[in-house]
Amino acid sequence: MKAKIHVTLKQGILDPQGKAIEHALDSLGFKNVANVRVGKYMELDLQENDKGKAEAQVKQMCEKLLANTIIEEYRYELG
Amino acid sequence: MNIGVVVFPGSNCDHDCAHVVKDVLGHDVTMVWHKEASLAGLDAIILPGGFSYGDYLRTGAIARFSPVMQAVKQFAGDGGLVFGICNGFQILLEAGLLLGAMLRNRSLHFVCKDVYVRIENAATPFTCVLKPGQILRIPIAHADGSYYTDPVTLAGLQANAQVTFRYCTADGKAVPEANPNGSLDNIAGICNAEGNVLGMMPHPERCVEALLGREDGRAIFQSMIMSLERKKLAAAR
Repeated sequence: MKAKIHVTLKQGILDPQGKAIEHALDSLGFKNVANVRVGKYMELDLQENDKGKAEAQVKQMCEKLLANTIIEEYRYELG
Repeated sequence: MNIGVVVFPGSNCDHDCAHVVKDVLGHDVTMVWHKEASLAGLDAIILPGGFSYGDYLRTGAIARFSPVMQAVKQFAGDGGLVFGICNGFQILLEAGLLLGAMLRNRSLHFVCKDVYVRIENAATPFTCVLKPGQILRIPIAHADGSYYTDPVTLAGLQANAQVTFRYCTADGKAVPEANPNGSLDNIAGICNAEGNVLGMMPHPERCVEALLGREDGRAIFQSMIMSLERKKLAAAR
């Protein structure tokens, strides 16, 4: 099973990279862009056929290592 | 005293710290490779600056899993002095030995310059030769030094006087203009509730000799040594 994991800064925490990209997009003429958030994308193969078990594991990975939940939030897809 | 300096792959201020302890203050120093599982015989531990594990994932996130960190946790739990500088501070945060997290500098730049910090708590083992409100000029050199924590934790840190250093102007005002990285509440360094674990972003080991410019940072290391000597005296009684 493959897990696709996205980690981004929590809403409400200033994302200076996102802001810089937003300004750059504005300079390019994309005047209707707002709230750019930069994050990390990770994918991994899990030797687990039970979706429930896989989900529990991925959640633990995110909580313990892949995201720092003080500042970041995460979401994942399994398939 | 025998001070341990932990060496992670990517540490680059380890020898500066060793130089302060050994050559400037005249104490023994032991370089501790991150694979070590024991800190026996050491009186205090320094986690130096650098780029442990290339800052992969997040600063300090992988170093937390080095075998030595279990021993550091134990050492801190037993009341031993643990001092994290810059990347060492980031590691202590990721390891949960200090509260909060580091964000990318608000400017997005790697900031390398002298800053002023104000001593907010002179009662810690790391600041005991200093006076409250005293101002030190110490260099910073980091890209991820914008301290962040949730409002409840911040209130706790403030109430317990755990905010040890704040970025300030040359005349001691902790105003936004003096904040080099966007740190919450101008925080430059914090300690744990017990006061035996301290993390700071500025590099005191880089300013300990007048010959090399300034010696403002020396007081932090002197405080550490003095606290250890006091503790030894008290234990001998």
